[in-house]
Amino acid sequence: MFFNLSLRYKLPLWGGLLIVVTALTLSLSFMGQAYDDMKQDVLRSSEDLGLTMSRALFPLVLHDDVWPAFEMVSLPFQDGARANTMHAESLIVLDPNRRIYVSSHPERYPVLSDLAAIGREFAYVDKELGTLQAGETQVLEPPDSSRLFIAVPIIADGVTLGTLLVVHDTSTFWFRFLRLADRALWITLIVLGVLLPINWYWGQSMTQPLSLLARHMETIHRQLPEALEPGIYKYGDELGQLYKAFAEMVAQLKEKALLEKQMIQSERMAAVGRLTAGIAHEINNPLGGMFNAISTLKRHVSLDSVAQMTISHLDRGLQQIRETVAALLVEAKLKNRDLTPQDFDDVRLLVTPEAHKKRIELAWSITTGEPVPLPSTPVRQILINLLLNAIQAASDGGHVSLQAVMDGSNLLLRVENDGKTLTSEQMGTLFEPFSRFSEQGNGLGLWITYQIVQQLKGEIKAGADAGFTHFLVLLPLPGLKGENV
Amino acid sequence: MHRRAFIGMLLLLVTGTSLGADKPLRVGMTPAFLHDQHALLAVWRDYLQLRLKRPVEFVPRDRYRETMDLLQQHKLDFAWVCVYPYVAMGNEVKLLAVPVSQGKPIYRSYLIVPAKDTHTRSIEDLKGAVFAYADPLSNTGYLVPRFDIKQAGHDPGTFFRRTFFTWSHRKAIEAVASGLVQGAAVDSYVWESLSKLNPGLAARTRVVKQSEAFGFPPFVANRSVGQADFDAMRAAFLDMSRNPAGQSLLAKLNLDGFIAGSPDLYKSAARMAATIGQP
Repeated sequence: MFFNLSLRYKLPLWGGLLIVVTALTLSLSFMGQAYDDMKQDVLRSSEDLGLTMSRALFPLVLHDDVWPAFEMVSLPFQDGARANTMHAESLIVLDPNRRIYVSSHPERYPVLSDLAAIGREFAYVDKELGTLQAGETQVLEPPDSSRLFIAVPIIADGVTLGTLLVVHDTSTFWFRFLRLADRALWITLIVLGVLLPINWYWGQSMTQPLSLLARHMETIHRQLPEALEPGIYKYGDELGQLYKAFAEMVAQLKEKALLEKQMIQSERMAAVGRLTAGIAHEINNPLGGMFNAISTLKRHVSLDSVAQMTISHLDRGLQQIRETVAALLVEAKLKNRDLTPQDFDDVRLLVTPEAHKKRIELAWSITTGEPVPLPSTPVRQILINLLLNAIQAASDGGHVSLQAVMDGSNLLLRVENDGKTLTSEQMGTLFEPFSRFSEQGNGLGLWITYQIVQQLKGEIKAGADAGFTHFLVLLPLPGLKGENV
Repeated sequence: MHRRAFIGMLLLLVTGTSLGADKPLRVGMTPAFLHDQHALLAVWRDYLQLRLKRPVEFVPRDRYRETMDLLQQHKLDFAWVCVYPYVAMGNEVKLLAVPVSQGKPIYRSYLIVPAKDTHTRSIEDLKGAVFAYADPLSNTGYLVPRFDIKQAGHDPGTFFRRTFFTWSHRKAIEAVASGLVQGAAVDSYVWESLSKLNPGLAARTRVVKQSEAFGFPPFVANRSVGQADFDAMRAAFLDMSRNPAGQSLLAKLNLDGFIAGSPDLYKSAARMAATIGQP
């Protein structure tokens, strides 16, 4: 279960666990060390005191001065004595026969009693106690006992008169240690109280961008993921790299999708073009025959008025069919006169009346200068079609602009209007025949424009930005491409 | 300055001569009483100096033997000693004054055991015990228990498993109270005084038996002390109960006063010492 949790929880939980384990381990090892240190301190001070006292005890034992010896060993245990820094339970002086010579607590350890007879721990001490030389001490820890013994010989000049036993109750160590541990526990809790929220915050801020990324990635098979807002994660670590890679991937996917769309569009346009051309030819052949038949009928047969009216109807209908078919069969009439700035002026002259009708401002920016090696007639037709469309689409009193610039070996034309922008659905079928966007016209204007551009090996694109609809035409200069159209 | 100092020294010399001596009177103090009450000793010394109009010096010693030696070496003029040293020194010392406690110039030996010990009825019950003596020259703390043991038909040398000296009655009481020993014999005056001063300590002991009465440990004068000094000192002691300063001191000493006393008071102790022999 835990392993399927979100990283948002898993990471802080793992971090928290590690912090707790680390804090506990450190505290425990510190406390273990402290316990050892404390024990060593107590043992060392006991040994020091034992060695000093044993030296002072020697003459007393030598002279059998029991009372002064008792006064000496009981001194650290007198009421209000702060001298008992070694925290011993009692002091016992043994004679060479391991009997108690004197002790600080005679009621517990009576004079003359055998050490071994006092209890199990003392029997152990009796058994384990070795022969000690001057300055030597022996620490005895009976098993399963809370008592600890430090033996110091009462010795001078190689003569041993007995042994001083410093008896410790290790439960007092434990008590002191618990006080120490209590403090360590609080410090640990404070440290945890500081570190755990920091860890939680850090984990959250680390994983939030990650889970955001994961959510975006999840949708990738259904739709193009939205690009992440820039600045969500601004560092250059692995996560930052991931963000960068994701952004690049999204951009590439979008570009690819766009390319696919364009390809489908142009293929469809090509198919529509072929179909239209085929139908037009199929219609044109019988149409020619029909016109011949009508002409023959008019010339050689005398017709009554009804028949004449009917023939006239047929003639007008067939004329309309021929015009429509002629419009569908776009044939760029290629003449080798190059495009000059004069052509742009002519176009302007032609469209100005239409613009005036809607009080539209025409912005004209032509920077081509020299005659451009492109056939003037089809280019003029493109310009007229696009400009008339733009004027029609523009709002009353609006703006329409034309830009013509040379871009290396291409002529770039840009026609803009501030009318209602096209929906993406309209954009998809923009250049197809009979795709009417306005009441006027036959719906063939953009189709014709498209066909002309295609025949000039150029490209045409429509787009919209900032309330403006624009058409962009790119026409390659034939001479420079080695093509003589 | 020099002249003034010189005149001062002259005056001092003259004054000293007029009082008979300029050297201090030395008074030996023994554990016959609670001799570790240093503040009390200082007040007492001032009292005596005022009365005698000459310097007085207290010389405390733990062991009777030391005080006896100092007397014999004429390093002490007076001393408060135990009964046995007085008896033993014979003609070397003179009886100066005898303290009066609870209306009588007598005291006893108390056989004490720890308060926890409720079964001991007599010294015979302590056979094989660890026993504390006060001083080998102490009447109540040594002679009396050994006499009792002997009277009961035992050998005082082997009756106890172990014995040692605490060199003071007070410490003997502490030895019993702490459980270091199973019994001790102490001066009744010290025990009673201590039970007033430190009731807790005395309460941890139980008096099993009181001995017969003996003459109270006396103040003695060295034989070498002149009659004038002897009289002046005796008067100073006997007067204590008659003036407020002396009464206040006596109250602290837990005594009623001092009498001149008679050597006859110590006959019973001398007899007993003879029975048990020189320690």
